[in-house]
Amino acid sequence: MNNRTAIIDYGVGNLFSIKSSLRAIGAQAIVTADPDLIADSERMILPGVGAFADAAQKLRDAGLDKVICREASDGKPLLGICLGMQLLLEKSYEYGKHPGLGLIHGAVKPIRGVIPPELKIPHIGWNELHFPVDKPRSRIFRSIQENDFVYFVHSYYAADCENAVIATTEYGAQLTAAVQNRNVYGVQFHPEKSGEIGLSILREFVSLTKEDAI
Amino acid sequence: MISKRIIPCLDVKDGRVVKGINFEGLGDVNDPVKLASYYSSAGADELVFYDITASAEGRKLFTDILTKTAETVFIPLTVGGGINSIADFDRVLKCGADKVSVNSGAIRNPSLIEQAAKRYGDQCVVISADVKRVNGQYTVFAKGGRENTDMEAVEWIRRCVGNGAGEVVLNSIDTDGVKNGFDLPMLDAVQQAVDVPVIASGGAGCIADFVTLFQKLPRIDAGLAASIFHFGEVRIHDLKLALRDAGINVRL
Repeated sequence: MNNRTAIIDYGVGNLFSIKSSLRAIGAQAIVTADPDLIADSERMILPGVGAFADAAQKLRDAGLDKVICREASDGKPLLGICLGMQLLLEKSYEYGKHPGLGLIHGAVKPIRGVIPPELKIPHIGWNELHFPVDKPRSRIFRSIQENDFVYFVHSYYAADCENAVIATTEYGAQLTAAVQNRNVYGVQFHPEKSGEIGLSILREFVSLTKEDAI
Repeated sequence: MISKRIIPCLDVKDGRVVKGINFEGLGDVNDPVKLASYYSSAGADELVFYDITASAEGRKLFTDILTKTAETVFIPLTVGGGINSIADFDRVLKCGADKVSVNSGAIRNPSLIEQAAKRYGDQCVVISADVKRVNGQYTVFAKGGRENTDMEAVEWIRRCVGNGAGEVVLNSIDTDGVKNGFDLPMLDAVQQAVDVPVIASGGAGCIADFVTLFQKLPRIDAGLAASIFHFGEVRIHDLKLALRDAGINVRL
């Protein structure tokens, strides 16, 4: 085992910025689809942009769904970003109904259903993070403040996952901004595009190891 | 609450940042990588890199600069200029661009937006339109504002959004370089016609012009400018403080 973070490459989205941002904070990272290299890494990042069904299928076709679930249930820290976060949930209602990895209870639903019609979709731009008052602050948000801004681009959001919500953002409704189930983390926003705030969240994530799973 | 975005635009030619007054009389300003990094730490919400190079060498230089920028600057990057095909999308996205803006390329090849949106998602495709009043009608110009296409602008932009463009940059040639404020009537006509974010460009001369923009047209999502930032006439932090004081939500 080494101190490396595996950025899981399953042919969805642009991994350049995630890799660059990890390099910028001095973290070792490898972009890979190789199950052995993923197993041999200290932690995993699941990126993703585009459509849920297509991405979930690509993960399954590459056999990576099983690898991710096995490593995550073994306590390895996992961070899903944007669509990568949505894939952690049990299912998505984006163009039909599609199963996800089921590492977080809940379902992905269209934002349109919960916000006023005059607001634009996608929710795109810098928005503020809010932390639930009835929960301790999640480790990955340890060094940032209530109302800090991060960059969002999405049309769907994580719903029915109240127990896992560790941050929200306000866009005509309280939308899930981040989730956590033990060692499994997901952020709807793009930490690799959220300036210093984003980098500090990534810095906290790459400091996590299996031993932090409780 | 979502914030209004402030976006410096860097016109890049032969590896240097330039800014034309009414698209002519280019003058050298600074190193694009350094300038991008400076803007990111100064509070810019996003950067636009516009490639105004014509030569193959210049294009290679541009993608090198883009790569270096994306390796060190961690805010959204939009790239435009010389985007005529899916291969061009691919070229700049691989170098770290988040969004790609098309202008003349979409005019020449109307299916480009649809193809790109299907492949990379709507959020990746920006329609950038250079618009000028001709006989009282908003008219689309191509080739950096030099060529009249005779197309009505609002209808053209609406069509591009219908084909999958996820964002609009509206640059008024009438106000560009004049520094007397954004083109509010033109912006209003466009923002009423589409339901995706609209970025105002052309005409900002001082902080008050941005305050007026967001107060008069609260549905405009962002303000873009070049020379006033490059020459230090408007500092982004001061601009954001003034916007906040005017009750406009910004990232500070």
